[in-house]
Amino acid sequence: MRALLFGGIPARGWTLLLGSALALLLLPLVASDYLLTVLILIFYFAFVGQAWNIMTGFAGQLSLGHALYVGLGAYAASALYVHFGIGPWIGMLAAVVLSALVGAALGFLAFRFGVGGVYFAILTIAFAEFARIGFDHLSWVGGSSGLFLPVAQFSRNELWHLRGHPLMFYYLMLALAALALIVCRGLLRSRLGFYWQAIREDEPAARALGIDTFRCKMIAVVISAAMTSVGGVVFAFYYNNLFPEQVFSIARSIEIILGPFIGGVGTLIGPIAGAFLITGVSEGLIELLTGVGLAVPGAKQVFYGICLLAVIVLMPNGVWPPLAAALGLKRGKPRR
Amino acid sequence: MSSIHIRINRRRFLQGASAAVVSAGSLGRAFAQGAALKVGVLLPRSGYQAGIGQDCQRGVDLATGLLKELGYPNLQIVNGDTESNVDTARAQAEKLIGEGAQLLVGAFDSGQSSAIAQVAEQKGVPFVINIAAAPPITEQGYKFVFRNFPTAPMILGDAFANQKEIFEAAGTAPKTAVMMHANDTFGTAMQQGIGAVMPKFNMPYKIVETIAYDPTARDLSVEVTKAKAAGAELLVMVSRLNDAILITRELVKQRWTPQGIFSMGPGWYEDQYLKTLGKLADGPISFAPWYDPNKKVAKMLEAALAKKYPGINLNTNHVYTFEALLVAADAYKRTGSNDPKTLAEAIRTTNITDNVSPGPGISFNAKGQNDKLKDSAFQNRGGKCVVVAPKEAANAKAEFPMKPYNQRA
Amino acid sequence: MPLDIYLNVIVSGVLTGLVYGLMALGLSVIFGVIRVVNFAHGEMMAVAMYIAVVLFSSFGLDPLLMMVPIAIVLFAFGYLLQARLINLFIDRPEHTQFMLLVAVAIIIVNTLLMIFGPDAQSVQTSYAYDSFQVGPLIVDATKAYAGIAAVAVSAALFAFFRFAPIGQAIRACADNHTGALVVGLNVNRLYALTFGIGAACVGAAGAMIVLFIDVTPALGPAYTLLAFVIVITGGLGSMPGALLGGVLIGVTEAVAGLLFSPSAKSMFSFALLVLVLLFRPQGLLGTAQR
Repeated sequence: MRALLFGGIPARGWTLLLGSALALLLLPLVASDYLLTVLILIFYFAFVGQAWNIMTGFAGQLSLGHALYVGLGAYAASALYVHFGIGPWIGMLAAVVLSALVGAALGFLAFRFGVGGVYFAILTIAFAEFARIGFDHLSWVGGSSGLFLPVAQFSRNELWHLRGHPLMFYYLMLALAALALIVCRGLLRSRLGFYWQAIREDEPAARALGIDTFRCKMIAVVISAAMTSVGGVVFAFYYNNLFPEQVFSIARSIEIILGPFIGGVGTLIGPIAGAFLITGVSEGLIELLTGVGLAVPGAKQVFYGICLLAVIVLMPNGVWPPLAAALGLKRGKPRR
Repeated sequence: MSSIHIRINRRRFLQGASAAVVSAGSLGRAFAQGAALKVGVLLPRSGYQAGIGQDCQRGVDLATGLLKELGYPNLQIVNGDTESNVDTARAQAEKLIGEGAQLLVGAFDSGQSSAIAQVAEQKGVPFVINIAAAPPITEQGYKFVFRNFPTAPMILGDAFANQKEIFEAAGTAPKTAVMMHANDTFGTAMQQGIGAVMPKFNMPYKIVETIAYDPTARDLSVEVTKAKAAGAELLVMVSRLNDAILITRELVKQRWTPQGIFSMGPGWYEDQYLKTLGKLADGPISFAPWYDPNKKVAKMLEAALAKKYPGINLNTNHVYTFEALLVAADAYKRTGSNDPKTLAEAIRTTNITDNVSPGPGISFNAKGQNDKLKDSAFQNRGGKCVVVAPKEAANAKAEFPMKPYNQRA
Repeated sequence: MPLDIYLNVIVSGVLTGLVYGLMALGLSVIFGVIRVVNFAHGEMMAVAMYIAVVLFSSFGLDPLLMMVPIAIVLFAFGYLLQARLINLFIDRPEHTQFMLLVAVAIIIVNTLLMIFGPDAQSVQTSYAYDSFQVGPLIVDATKAYAGIAAVAVSAALFAFFRFAPIGQAIRACADNHTGALVVGLNVNRLYALTFGIGAACVGAAGAMIVLFIDVTPALGPAYTLLAFVIVITGGLGSMPGALLGGVLIGVTEAVAGLLFSPSAKSMFSFALLVLVLLFRPQGLLGTAQR
């Protein structure tokens, strides 16, 4: 297990990893609250990006409706908290189970009937939209008026109820992102991980080799869904209000995949690097445009789109592989 | 020419005099370091609410000049963009506070205002909400959040009271109504509220059917067909601008003019509606937070608006954004301090009677809500809005029933 | 509810559905031949709609008359997009192609926002408020004209793919990529042409739809999704299928809105989509392949 999770990392890799971990741990001492808020967002996207990566990057099943699992997790835990006073850590169990079930249903329907590729992607969008409209009409969770979580004073940090200062959320999200990284590494290097990559590269061939592709794909979807919903739970307790229009929207699904996409789909560090890059560019653009006086609505997003286009055209495998090479980290990672 | 000369001189004299009084410290308060109060204004300047955010900004632009005229101290306004989304709203609130904002104003949307409220409460910075109707925001026990805008139940209660006034003046009342509302935060809140509030008012009409529609729908023909099929006399609406235009067009095309269109929310009175539909825009009565056209400061605001943005009618966005800044300036003037905590304490004891919105004035209850606000009823007429109720804040008589669409040239 | 209410709603649904069908036709052509998920489809229609709005407000030109010029502009845009950008990505993994078009969509939507602002813009022709009354039936004039135009353009397109040599060549590419290469067809050029034609369809549809639907910069994504739902339901590679799918979705949504809560009517389209994907993935009129 230790070898699986921690073995095979070059010395340079260890230095970089531990160095950045230390830096991030100590950052709150010097950072402003604003920076912390930005970082919390980055860690959140890194986390759900990793979760998404399992399904799409490792197993090759393109999901464009991942906001579905975020929303399910968020609503499940919040509803339990608002209606029954059940704490979020227990609510998280319910969230995970719900998401896993929905993911399994989606996967079952798709894979049993041979729906793959683009059709699968559209199926995921349909499910997310279905959930969005459905929750809009579900008055038990507030419907379209939204679900508001009761907010307490912030003098004390209550980790059990996830009520507290942003600093608490900072370390929580950092821990989650780190955990996701470790879990993903373990999965990727395990036998299951290799099966996934085989399926991704050439499914008929994998089947011919005797791999139970249906089972492997299902596991990927379920793990991905479950992990994503954990992110949803924290999201809910951080923002304290949920609206189906915002939580389940396609825009959110796209936000989730931007990070891994820019960083490198199917790579381990990709989602993390991507999350940092995207938020960094986003905030940087705001500063730049305000400075130049071009803060016209929409200008930032246009530049954003252009940057995205540039990365896609020039660095199709994402930013991380060339960056890793430049940093001298020789990793035996699967190449596309 | 000479009169202008005199005016400038007088104004300069007044400014100079007040400055002299202030610096003499005769009021016993010193304005901290001569630096103006830094107010962060958070509005959706991009994203799907951008149009409204830009309209609210006009209220901000007018405030600077008007507040000075009214004798309030200068405010240093810093603008923030919530991008119509909750994450950004929160982050920008943090950012503005980090950059030294001592008071926040915003943010039009209930979800975004809620997020900002949490940040403000946590940092101990007063947050004056300009527009947001969701009740929960002032039910959280916050000490730093203030709202000078009615909640959905308040809007409803006043709406019914005003409607009864209109029926009485017209001498006729409808017996049946069909309600259409957008299935979004505001629309659903209003629809649920109606169920709770309406019975208390003994209204002459019954709502025979309620139709909820998707607010992003671009084609509302089916919904209007359904409404027409209900055979009701009155059409009650909760919608936004685009839906209002779409629905009116469908009403014309499907050849149905209800006795009246009562809108409890935005859209039907907005400039874009009036401009796009021309003569077909007349008739609908909106029951919403508005301004009291008879108040002195309201007239001043109207005049300032006409001067700076000719062709734009004064509306809710301008009024309440202006009033939020008025609250800030007033607290600053009374305390002379720009310490957030002191300001929050001061805002709690606000009592401004020289304001723009209807009602006795601006004051806040223990929850930080101005529960004395009154909402008005105003009707579209000839490209403008005239206030038809309540009597104390009105300047015209309602036209009810309204003129059928096919009889307008 | 009396029968004539249903009749009115169904007729309205059919007419609207025909225009949706034309838009989806463009996607069917693109998706069916090039196998690229054009996530910027709805955005291209928004561009066409804005062009119509500008032409109308500046020169008073009726969108229906401007349909052909607008289609030509969109054709050029689509051709260039495919030839210069998307062709590079043909052999790349699906999600890369998809993100490419997402990036294009983001750029288009926000450029439109910068130029035109967020408020809805409409085209108020002289007949914008007209309706025809045929017995108990009240038909919206703009929808009637748009529906007729949609049928006309679709017919022209069918004829093109059936009888014109280039049209046949494109169909050959779709049916058998390798075979087409073997026979010596310039596949890249044909792909560019196809995308152009698909874009032209969208352009024409946009010119029609702007008569009864107001355009905002954010309009695109909803229509992209709608186009996909229609294409998949009606059947990939089948042009009558796209029109049929459009009409089907138009009527389903209309009737569902009438019978149930209108705000939930999109759920029915998605439910239909899921059912089709599961039980008849080639769509109603599609040929079973892949």
